[in-house]
Amino acid sequence: MGLLSFLQKIEPDKKKSPFLHTLYDGFFTFAYAPKTVTKGGVHIKDGMDLKRTMVMVVLAMQLAYVFGTYNIGHQHFDAIGMYPGFLEGFHLKLSHGLIKLLPIFIWTHVVGLGIEFWFAAKKGHPIEEGFLVSGALIPLIMPPDIPIWILCVAVAFAVILGKEAFGGTGMNIWNVALLARVFVFFAYPTSISGDEVWVSGFEKVAPGMAVDYSWAHSMFNSLFDWIGIATFNANAAIHDAYSGATPLALAAKGGWTAVTEQFTVAQMWWGTIPGSIGETSKPLILIGALVLLLTKIGSWRIMLSMFLGCVFMGIIFNAWGATPFMTVPWIYHFYIGSFFFAMAFMATDPVTATSTNVGKWIYGFGIGAIGLLIRVFNPAYPEGWMLAILFLNTFAPLIDYYVLDSNIKRRMAKPSAAGGIIRKDANSQIENPVSHA
Amino acid sequence: MLISALVVIGIILIFISVFSISDNLIQIEAQKQGIDTQKNNLSLVPSLKDLFSKSSPSYVDKNNLHRLNKGMDIKLAGAASDEVHHAPVARYAVKPQDFRGISPIPKMEVTEGDEVLAGQVLFYDKKNPNVKYVSPVSGEIVEIRRGQKRSISHVIILGDKEQKHKQNTPIALSNASRSEIVGFMQESGVWPVINQRPFDIIAETEVIPDNIFISTFDTAPLAPNLNLVIEGRGEEFQKGLEILARLTSGKVYLGLDGRGQEKPHTAYTSATGVEKHWFKGKHPAGNVGVQIHHVNPIKNNGTVWTLKVEDVAMIGRLFLSGTYDATKVVAITGSEVTEPVHYKTYKGASISELLKDKVTSDNNRYVSGNVLSGTQLPIDDFVSDAHNQITVIKEGDDYELFGWLLPITPRPSASRTFPNFLIPGHEFEANTNTHGEERAFVVTGQYENMLPMDIYPQHLMKAILTGDIERMEGLGINEMSEEDIALCEFACTSKQPLQEILRDGLDMMREQA
Repeated sequence: MGLLSFLQKIEPDKKKSPFLHTLYDGFFTFAYAPKTVTKGGVHIKDGMDLKRTMVMVVLAMQLAYVFGTYNIGHQHFDAIGMYPGFLEGFHLKLSHGLIKLLPIFIWTHVVGLGIEFWFAAKKGHPIEEGFLVSGALIPLIMPPDIPIWILCVAVAFAVILGKEAFGGTGMNIWNVALLARVFVFFAYPTSISGDEVWVSGFEKVAPGMAVDYSWAHSMFNSLFDWIGIATFNANAAIHDAYSGATPLALAAKGGWTAVTEQFTVAQMWWGTIPGSIGETSKPLILIGALVLLLTKIGSWRIMLSMFLGCVFMGIIFNAWGATPFMTVPWIYHFYIGSFFFAMAFMATDPVTATSTNVGKWIYGFGIGAIGLLIRVFNPAYPEGWMLAILFLNTFAPLIDYYVLDSNIKRRMAKPSAAGGIIRKDANSQIENPVSHA
Repeated sequence: MLISALVVIGIILIFISVFSISDNLIQIEAQKQGIDTQKNNLSLVPSLKDLFSKSSPSYVDKNNLHRLNKGMDIKLAGAASDEVHHAPVARYAVKPQDFRGISPIPKMEVTEGDEVLAGQVLFYDKKNPNVKYVSPVSGEIVEIRRGQKRSISHVIILGDKEQKHKQNTPIALSNASRSEIVGFMQESGVWPVINQRPFDIIAETEVIPDNIFISTFDTAPLAPNLNLVIEGRGEEFQKGLEILARLTSGKVYLGLDGRGQEKPHTAYTSATGVEKHWFKGKHPAGNVGVQIHHVNPIKNNGTVWTLKVEDVAMIGRLFLSGTYDATKVVAITGSEVTEPVHYKTYKGASISELLKDKVTSDNNRYVSGNVLSGTQLPIDDFVSDAHNQITVIKEGDDYELFGWLLPITPRPSASRTFPNFLIPGHEFEANTNTHGEERAFVVTGQYENMLPMDIYPQHLMKAILTGDIERMEGLGINEMSEEDIALCEFACTSKQPLQEILRDGLDMMREQA
């Protein structure tokens, strides 16, 4: 109990320094489950709490993190035509991925948690765990080459206007992580759309462009030198045939044939393709989804109905077939883009989704159908889940309203009891003892 | 080849959809016509439940069996064995606050030092002077304890070794009117055991209930075995049912245990003049509120009464012999009790005397009732009127390193993030730790899984918190009672005090009524 007494000794004064105390309280309750006991109401409580719920979601996306780190490096070396094999140059790919991912991860949390702590201190309530998940999601849905300052502005926007303005964790209308993404998308379209942002390590993605390494790369180089393994080559340049286009961009231009000219189906399935950091590897995301389903933290209703909605829309488009994108076989829509990531981690956010079981079916189906609609029709940016989820987030309260309304109507319509004459003069109604004798 | 296969599949699909739509229409029509009142399966195909669920034992009436899929059984250590001992208790108490709706300072009919008989009037409510509150035992009034603002908290009686009963003159039942019966019950002191819903208050004299409901089994954690409670009182129970049938304009409904673990007592299964419904499911299937919801829900502005089985027997005894018999079987349960058993005693028995030499550890929580909806009491207090159980569990006032992530001891949970499903028979030694701090509502669908009723508890709670009376009523607050929402409160990830919120809502509704 040495740690416990040490922690208790350093507790800052609540009145003198509220911010420090909030910070302390946040970390203390992280380390030690509090000793509060039940008072009134039930005497025993479930071992489950919000911290555990949130951390389970974060754990479920760890594989996406590991693969995302690798894939940042893999895409970089793919552009300069080195180490095409999965395990070739593995340490270089990982270290390049870390160099790109760590700043994104750290800055997301510095900005997001900082704002969260500040609001908690200001309002005098304990730190809520909402940003545990949002903060873990945001790096995964960003392009690897995003400028850090844009990221910080986006996170601040999402946390302040998307969450704290509504009252904090549990009160927000829109998914916080997606708000950060949508902010980047609408506020800085030129710097993050197109074919360039999905590959990192270059000033500009164009054939012949030399790599752009930083001090971190040279640090890793000296380490690798000392061990005696391959190092980053500062003279490398992007090879001539490279375009940097994602499968979605290709499909929008030339349908499925254009996609398969560049990428194999297996590549798209396993995720060694350009894209947002955490969205590319389908099997690893599905493992995360499975964790959420088995622990019953993610709603299976939303996941299943979103899948069905996407299939439904895909089949309609296949039958229609007016543009090249529409002719992409519906099954392959799951191989490109970030459907599974959106399904597992974004649509299932309980705060912004519908809260009734019937509502969840409608909500999920809506996201699946509308998301694919946007993906296929949006000329500027061929992906739809972000916008579809935010759209359905907006309508979630309305869906719930009608579901509840039907429950209310059903209850109020129940016929009044046969012979149920109640109150005051009621005694005379069954006063006659003969019928009972 | 492929095309013809697709065509065949298409035809089969169309046939199945036509079949299932028409099948559904038949069922809907049957419900509308009132043929399918018990939600029988009138479909052409047997339901999956009929095919795959374990068949119920032969004593269960399949036509009146309600299968409830939601809820959860919390298995705790310290269930009472089926032995019934006589309790070595000398002191008993009547607590006016046990009766919801009574004013805090009732009019006392006795003073300290008086000798009373069992069934003799102790006090009454000045607002409602007809309803008498009587002594459960004969003996000496040793203390009238006062609480806040001079309210009366306890009337403590030192019981005689040989119990003497006040003899009431029985009324001639065959030609007694309803008001005569009601008057007799109020005068003799059995009236306050009748609980009126909505609001869970003592039955109002001028109200004729739509129906009366009695649950004959209890599914709560460590609940007493209600078969033991009624042992030897079958005749009184039947008489009580007959009396109750004369007080309602509807029916008396009996909820029986259809889970198949133990056959209900013959006093329950052979009861006549009542409608019997069987329930199969996890807790809260034994809660009378859940049973009402499935049998005959409380209508708009409707009222029902609910009673406990021992109280039905007490009413029966009064009409059979003219005496007030407060006999009660109390289960002594919980992980901290050395020998959990059932005790035969009277209403309001002293907890410390019941637990004498049975609790060795200290830092315990003493609960009158079960761990979900019971009341925390100091050990020198007395069993509450409505409870027939005492639970003793450990207080959980300890820090736990990373307790939220890697708990050291197993704990009951509805969540699949704990590997509890791997140890299905495990009896948990739960303590009173909250296992987390209170948060805003985040997780959805959790309460719905804990409550086998067509109600949206989370939205109901939000309606109460915003004080929206109309919405509260629409979402079914009148069908709810604290014990029904208790399991949701246990499972709540956000640690919200749901029973407290619900009581606030019910109080709001009552003020409006």
